[in-house]
Amino acid sequence: MATFTLNINGESREIDVDPNTPILWVLRDHLNLVGTKYGCGIAQCGACTVHLEGTAVRSCMLTVSSVGNQKITTIEGLSENGDHPVQKAWLEVDVPQCGYCQAGQIMTASAFLEKNPNPTDEEIEMAMNGNICRCGTYIRIKKAVKIAANTNNA
Amino acid sequence: MTLVKTSIGRRSFIRTTGLAGGGLVLGFSWLASCKGKTEAQVMQMPKEWFDINGFLKVGENGLVTIMSPNPEIGQNIKTAMPMIVAEELDIDWNNVLVEQAPLNTAIFTRQLAGGSQSIRQGWEGLRMAGATARHMLKTAAAEAWQVPIDEITTSPGMLHHEASGKQAGYGDMASAASQLDIPEEVELKDNDTFSIVGTDRKNVDGPKIVTGKPLFGLDVYEEGMLTAMIIHPPAFGMTFTSMDADAAKAMPGIKDVFLVDVYPEGVEKQWSDGGGIPQLVAIVGESTWQCIQAKKAVKVQWEKSGTLEDSDYHEAALTEMLDTPVEAPARADGDVAAAFKKAAKVIERTYSAPFLAHNTMEPMNFYAHVTPDMAVLNGPIQTPEFLEKTVAARLDMPLEKIDVQMTRMGGGFGRRLYGHFGVEAAVISQKMNAPIKLVYTREDDMTQGTYRPAYKVRYKAGLDEAGNLIAWHVKGVGTNDDLIFENRFPAGAVDNYLAEKHNLTSNVTTGAWRAPRSNFIAGAEQSFMDEVAEASGKDPIDFRLELFDRAMTNPVGDPEKNDYDPARYAGVLKLAREKSGWDGGTNKNRGVSAYYCHNSYVAQVLDLTMDGNKPMVDKVWCAVDCGIVINPISAKNQVEGGIVDGIGHATYSQLTFVDGVPQQKNYDTYQLIRGAEAPKEVETFFVDNGIDPTGLGEPSLPPISGALANAMYKATGRRYYQQPYILQKPIVG
Repeated sequence: MATFTLNINGESREIDVDPNTPILWVLRDHLNLVGTKYGCGIAQCGACTVHLEGTAVRSCMLTVSSVGNQKITTIEGLSENGDHPVQKAWLEVDVPQCGYCQAGQIMTASAFLEKNPNPTDEEIEMAMNGNICRCGTYIRIKKAVKIAANTNNA
Repeated sequence: MTLVKTSIGRRSFIRTTGLAGGGLVLGFSWLASCKGKTEAQVMQMPKEWFDINGFLKVGENGLVTIMSPNPEIGQNIKTAMPMIVAEELDIDWNNVLVEQAPLNTAIFTRQLAGGSQSIRQGWEGLRMAGATARHMLKTAAAEAWQVPIDEITTSPGMLHHEASGKQAGYGDMASAASQLDIPEEVELKDNDTFSIVGTDRKNVDGPKIVTGKPLFGLDVYEEGMLTAMIIHPPAFGMTFTSMDADAAKAMPGIKDVFLVDVYPEGVEKQWSDGGGIPQLVAIVGESTWQCIQAKKAVKVQWEKSGTLEDSDYHEAALTEMLDTPVEAPARADGDVAAAFKKAAKVIERTYSAPFLAHNTMEPMNFYAHVTPDMAVLNGPIQTPEFLEKTVAARLDMPLEKIDVQMTRMGGGFGRRLYGHFGVEAAVISQKMNAPIKLVYTREDDMTQGTYRPAYKVRYKAGLDEAGNLIAWHVKGVGTNDDLIFENRFPAGAVDNYLAEKHNLTSNVTTGAWRAPRSNFIAGAEQSFMDEVAEASGKDPIDFRLELFDRAMTNPVGDPEKNDYDPARYAGVLKLAREKSGWDGGTNKNRGVSAYYCHNSYVAQVLDLTMDGNKPMVDKVWCAVDCGIVINPISAKNQVEGGIVDGIGHATYSQLTFVDGVPQQKNYDTYQLIRGAEAPKEVETFFVDNGIDPTGLGEPSLPPISGALANAMYKATGRRYYQQPYILQKPIVG
């Protein structure tokens, strides 16, 4: 066990855990930030996606000891009132079915649009391809990312 | 105007409940429906159909709260069902609050979660509840204003008396209405006056989902809660003998490691216990990560207790059963043997599909806190009432001391019908004398499943000189399942028809998986139909329409036996033909398919481009007849999802076995469809016929694998007989 100070959603949080603990479980078990989901544990499904210094990463394979003072943003910290353009687009298109994977989808999409505000359809497809949705909402996900991109550019 | 009775005999569908607080509170049965039944038949209906399991409350402030009793697994009934109540109540949707109800409080006596059946079975009861509340509010206003009730009209949330100019909000009359007797009969709105049903309403949980609020089973947290994980046998056909858990027990945060007798002999199980394993190893600790680490350190010895099956065995055994005579046919019309003898052309093809895991994105999990006085369980479960029964039997506690609550579910697809994980959680909590949350890893989830069975089906068709279908023989087999629906199409449309089925016993546990049986047989049948149509020299849609015409005008056998309405079947096919521009279409990589299951009709036309051996679907035109569409934006979502899911599993997914061990354990080896492989576009068209609504959670999935295979044939010149298609060997058929 060791003590770590993490910068999560703009707040400094101190925790005492095994250095190999993935950020996913730090968030879920120790900080009660459960919006970040467990899906596979091997970085294949994207349900656990968070932002590390603005880049989308899989928190299930990101150990707490590797983060240092880099900024982590989770779905809970993406916007203050749930009004990030990506979140708004998700509601407009009515994307979710079961909803479980959607936080990860939104975190992937929001980091992607930050880096590529004016993407082509193919770029959206590639950017979102690491996130699995068993309900099959992919068509709406792509549509919502496009709407969010257009909102950003408006 | 339709009148519906609110009670039959002494049984009442609706009553005022004793909830505290002002306003009008009505309890009602969400599944109440006596439509088309005699009083004697109604009196024989299960008692629970009359039990109060939902309620609506008209507050003094005019806000309406509707308790949604049914578990939400992504089918969006939590939005659709209250829409129906609000429609008949005549209230602004913005003034409706929807809450998820727990199981087994003083108010709710029974809750059911039925695949694609919630809307169909709930329709009348939900309308009745809304209409009753509206009627009682009108009665209260009529008494207050001393005018006849038939002079009272409503507008959303308001009561009016035109002659006197009096008006009041629902909230103003709610308390007075609650003092009235329930009317014996209420009138329902005419369909053409609907203002909520048939309009787009966003998912009521949408804002919580996109902001990451705790909604799911894995999000449950209680003070002092420990985490539990399991180790189950590595293979089907193996059981526990011994373990060395010393190292694991010494690891940080680990509280205990022990053997769990989930189902000791003598404990009465329910069908819903599915693939529950009698003995498992439990690891209990302070955090999930600590348990995951400790799990690896436990050394468990297993022994062979049954056959260790592998995929080669399944393949050979299923084939052997197809070659084995059946004791009696499931259905036989005419004389197929004679018809094949005189046929000008005979075609025979065999189709197969592998086991599939459910792979809900949220792995199995459950919270339990068992004390001598009470067992509280909470988590994602499609069959809470059955879980309650098994837990009561296993803990030897009375039913009233078992409290099962439900969370939103991160996918169901049938997997959460089988709640053994809830029983496991209860037993572990009891042993630990502490609240615990049982969490399956993805590997646990994928390798201890209640899988979609492996299937094989052989079709044989005979055509006469003119290309007419004169004989049809279908013989199917599945693991622990017999696959064939003998009274579905083309039964009733072919003079000589024979349906036969076998069931191969396997110790690989299987169960319902989104659109059970239909999820495979639809695609196989529609692929075969396409090949037969081609051999007949006819257009594949014309060929099918001729058969529906036969079933309509001159059905073979007793038409009551046929499990489909040929007119509605033909209707969706014609609609798909029209919308896709089938006639005169220039895209040659195009396939068609149609199927009926779960009370809804679906026809699809699919265009694709091949990328190597991968089908890239450009567009799907999907025609659906599910009667009245409650919430189009969400209904289309279900249709799109079913199509994506169906294409994905038919093309990419499989679970294989070596010596009883599942060979795919996580998403690195078990391939699920991803966004780039999904169709670029799905356009959905609903038949507008005003028929009472049926479900949509499943019906769009089954036929799409047929449309896909038929379009792939156009692109590659090869027919596809083995799922997953992408792995089909080059020489087939």
